[in-house]
Amino acid sequence: MANIKELSALPERLCGGHRLCGGCGASIAVRQVLMGAGDADVVCGSATGCLEVSTTAYPYLSWNGPFIHNAFANAGATMSGVEAAFEGLKSAGKIPEDKEVKFVAFGGDGGTYDIGLQSLSGAMERGHNMVYVCYDNGAYMNTGIQRSSATPHGAWATTSEVGTVQQGKQQRRKDLVSIIAAHHIPYAAQASIGNWRDLVNKAEKAFNTPGPAFLDVLAPCPRGWRIPFDQTVEMARLAQQTGFWPLFEVEDGKWSMTPIKGEKLPVTEFLKPQGRFAHLFKPENADLLEQIQKETDEYLAYVEARCANEG
Amino acid sequence: MADVTVLSATGNTMVAEAYRQADPDVCVAYPITPQTTIVEGFAKYVANGQVHTRFVTVESEHSSMSACVGAAQAGARTFTATSSQGLCYMWEVLHIASGMRLPIVMANANRAISAPINIHCDHSDIMGARDSGWIIFFAETAQEAYDNTLIAVRVAEDKRVLLPVMPTLDGFITTHAMERCELLDDETVKNFVGERDAVNSLLDFDNPIGAGMFAAQQPYFEIKKAERDAIDASAPVIKEIGDEWASICGRPFDFVDTFECDDADYIIVVLGSCAGNARHVARELRDQGIKVGVARIRVFRPFPQQELVDALKGAKAIGVLDRSDSFGGEYAPVAAEICTCLYRAGVNIPIKDYIYGLGGADVTLDQMRQVYTDLQALADGKIDGDLTYLGVQ
Repeated sequence: MANIKELSALPERLCGGHRLCGGCGASIAVRQVLMGAGDADVVCGSATGCLEVSTTAYPYLSWNGPFIHNAFANAGATMSGVEAAFEGLKSAGKIPEDKEVKFVAFGGDGGTYDIGLQSLSGAMERGHNMVYVCYDNGAYMNTGIQRSSATPHGAWATTSEVGTVQQGKQQRRKDLVSIIAAHHIPYAAQASIGNWRDLVNKAEKAFNTPGPAFLDVLAPCPRGWRIPFDQTVEMARLAQQTGFWPLFEVEDGKWSMTPIKGEKLPVTEFLKPQGRFAHLFKPENADLLEQIQKETDEYLAYVEARCANEG
Repeated sequence: MADVTVLSATGNTMVAEAYRQADPDVCVAYPITPQTTIVEGFAKYVANGQVHTRFVTVESEHSSMSACVGAAQAGARTFTATSSQGLCYMWEVLHIASGMRLPIVMANANRAISAPINIHCDHSDIMGARDSGWIIFFAETAQEAYDNTLIAVRVAEDKRVLLPVMPTLDGFITTHAMERCELLDDETVKNFVGERDAVNSLLDFDNPIGAGMFAAQQPYFEIKKAERDAIDASAPVIKEIGDEWASICGRPFDFVDTFECDDADYIIVVLGSCAGNARHVARELRDQGIKVGVARIRVFRPFPQQELVDALKGAKAIGVLDRSDSFGGEYAPVAAEICTCLYRAGVNIPIKDYIYGLGGADVTLDQMRQVYTDLQALADGKIDGDLTYLGVQ
């Protein structure tokens, strides 16, 4: 992989001047992922969401290259159609046989874990030569912080409220990378904007793997997480350091994990700075906090075990 | 001169043949009765290398129209086919396909929509898509399904149009019944449909575009007006291309196929496969000296106002056959459209709307006789024009 100096010299595929919030994790995720494509020709697409509405306000476009948005539920299917067209036009002799193009679709966790899951699953199963990237901020942020199946247990959201008889989201986060890995595609990985080297490495592998590849990239949202705008990357780092968001990849069925460097911290270190978890630190919610630590440990142990078994 | 092969074929077979001859770059497939035999037929052509198509077997109709949008925006000649619940399921993407001005061709096997679940013919599915910005053709026969499909390819991809087109055929009645059909030779058809010369392709890296962008209030409004102008302006192009095909195949192309309307006192307006029943009874009544006619709408979008006014303006009463209902509305879709165009033309003729054959319920000759009898009473002011269900016990 290129070093950071070389990466910084690559052309910007998502330009400045877009309308995403200051400190938005999504734009960081997109820019780092696209560094993995080097200087290849890339068609980018996006599901409906913050990324799309903030970068494509007609007549202004922030994408420095071809871009397509279709609807909320169908980023996977849409990009699969673009890729099929490329192959079909090659068969027709309208595109040279040796022409190479990368295809990448972005979606938020709402557009990926929830409404777009079927479309994504179909595109992965069919084996299109494309990359799908979830920029995962753990809620429907574009519509105003509603819970998704990526929202962590206990988190406040506007549809998983904190009240007298309910303390935020009552269910655990869906383990999407395992689901996609179960499609037995060549490459699936969980990554984070908190570790740019790991992320760009994974993106490079995803782009260079023939066939479908999937990345779930943790991309904190200051508005939704109730954190200061300058804490985005720090939160992503803490997510890994606490074991809440282990970084791992599944390459041709082989699981491997990016080790947590230094001391693993309790999950409270990740939760405490975020306003969406503030209620968990009331004395009456001590049991819930303990439960969340237990679930975090269980999930980390599961990922470690998969990596150990396959290693 | 075209070589013609005469064969016994179903409507779906003829659509699949048209798809083969037009040889799309991408064909997206998902099964639904009674459309399935179109994509099954095409799958055989794929398996035998008779087409160069990338065949995308999606996991739902929502994804099928979504993949079509991606493929068509990338410059591919793009086909799919659907019916009923499938058409409903892709509803949001239908509007995106037309809003993005993508020349997708999708045959629809016209079928009832749930509930109750029913796989048979009516027009509830397609009427639900009538305002989606697609050009819509109705075939009466398997032969016409073939002709309409080939015309659809040319119309959709014509740079004066660039809109998606649905050639439709009636579920089972036309999709599955065997008829005598004429298949033109591949070379003649390939010359007629040509190749797609795409504009604004996603794969043009020298001229990158943003497709499917977000547009705020005023730009949205302007873009929608441009879409309205585009479908209105498609009518003469459809006529030109339809006439060109007519000159090749020898079968006429009209937006409205009229039978004895010129001097008719009583006219039935109908779409699709039921027209034959109406014409059969019209012939009977003509033999008895009663002046009746049939006007069959072949191009439903853009709606042929002038052709219908010309066909209907001399009548004493008009019966409109609607194979779908607009629940809670005064009239069902076809009758409402007929009223609008006659009113705007200053033509005031008594009209009665009949809902018939929902869910594939039998459409009998007696029902057609009943309509013509009613129309005489309607003209004499003896009955009203209220919407009536034909053949409900």
